[in-house]
Amino acid sequence: MIQEPFVCGDSQIHRLDPRFRIVVVAAYAFVVALSDRFSVLFLGLAFSFVLIGISRLPLFEVAKRLLLVNGFVLFLWFVVPVTFPGTPLFHLGPLTATGEGLLVSARITIKSNAILLTFIAMIATSRIATLGAALARMRVPEKIVLLLLMSYRYIFVMETEYHRLARSATVRGFRPSTSIHTYRTYAYLIGMLFVRAQARAERVYMAMLCRGFSGKFHSLQEFSFSRKDGFWAGCTTIALLGLGVLEWMD
Amino acid sequence: MHISEGILSGPVLVSGIALAAAGTAIGLRKLDVDRIPRAAILSAAFFVASLVHVPIGASSVHLILNGIVGLILGWGAFPVILVALALQAVLFQFGGITTLGVNTVIMAFPAVVSYYVFGPLVRRRPEIALPAAFACGAASVFLGALLVGLALTLTEKNFLKVSAMVAAAHIPVMIIEGIITAFCVAFLKKVQPEILPGNEIDRA
Repeated sequence: MIQEPFVCGDSQIHRLDPRFRIVVVAAYAFVVALSDRFSVLFLGLAFSFVLIGISRLPLFEVAKRLLLVNGFVLFLWFVVPVTFPGTPLFHLGPLTATGEGLLVSARITIKSNAILLTFIAMIATSRIATLGAALARMRVPEKIVLLLLMSYRYIFVMETEYHRLARSATVRGFRPSTSIHTYRTYAYLIGMLFVRAQARAERVYMAMLCRGFSGKFHSLQEFSFSRKDGFWAGCTTIALLGLGVLEWMD
Repeated sequence: MHISEGILSGPVLVSGIALAAAGTAIGLRKLDVDRIPRAAILSAAFFVASLVHVPIGASSVHLILNGIVGLILGWGAFPVILVALALQAVLFQFGGITTLGVNTVIMAFPAVVSYYVFGPLVRRRPEIALPAAFACGAASVFLGALLVGLALTLTEKNFLKVSAMVAAAHIPVMIIEGIITAFCVAFLKKVQPEILPGNEIDRA
């Protein structure tokens, strides 16, 4: 099942203006992604740890997410050091690991995890409905916001629908294996999911029209940029400028 | 199929964002407001379908389905995939913010290509439609893997071998996507042909 373990909570970060959070995460992600000096990267990582600390999220859940997402990074650790040209550091059978390759892998690992942690602390702590309303206030095109909110709304419905189809296949004795029969069954399941999605879309749209839908979702959520948000904005701007200066000085 | 944060260089990230923005703008222009609920619910269905793990030998792969997204939605694939990736980032932290543009292009560009290349073939009789649907599923994954390789190689030319390995790792996925897409198209042709391109009911 799709879960959102970070939404519940009542930390300082949970109460910040979501528009501000989106802007900060985007700015932070670009600064860290484009930095190359290890001093900047470690400070960036420290910044994200501080945010996770303030957000008081369940650390076990955070660690679980990190593990899941680090698969590709792990793959890079196996491949990049032995394919990157540079000064040889040590030999593993026929392969030679280079210092440059190891540095590249280390840099990517820090960047990737630092951005992820900040993202979890600042964005995953917000409901999608809130994010959608915030994006609409930030002048993201109406249609995108509508698409985002409605997709999110129906993900859970479609998931239930899929599980119902999968369960009825199981009841009829379907056991997945590596065979054409398995692939055909999955393809038909997915096809049926689309057919039902299409039928549901017709009904939903009719119902929306009956209720006066005219192409816009009106959110009753009010956002206010409070004094506390101002304080946070000041601190994070200084921190990000600091990182930027450190990276691009001389 | 996505690239995580912190790997790509600035110019690659920025060109990804520019291309994704252009594609999304075209997609949104083609998607009238009264088609948005349909696109959104289909997008939810794709989101769920792409979480399905299909067994292959002792392991399993998850489906990508960008070929069939393209067949069903055409240019609408750009905004729909953008939104799906944004949701994946928020819900599972897959992908990310800086790479949202690049990842959208990696998946949506092959979708649009397959709409134009395979769309007309898929509505023909089954002897032509089913091989075309297989090719559509396989080629969309292949093109996506090529774009991943291109993004990595443009970032750092020494990533060439990594890119080659990424592409090689996608070969089994390509075959499975092809089989699933072919069966799925065969199913849709029987059950609800108007969902496939060229058969849309005119909504005057």
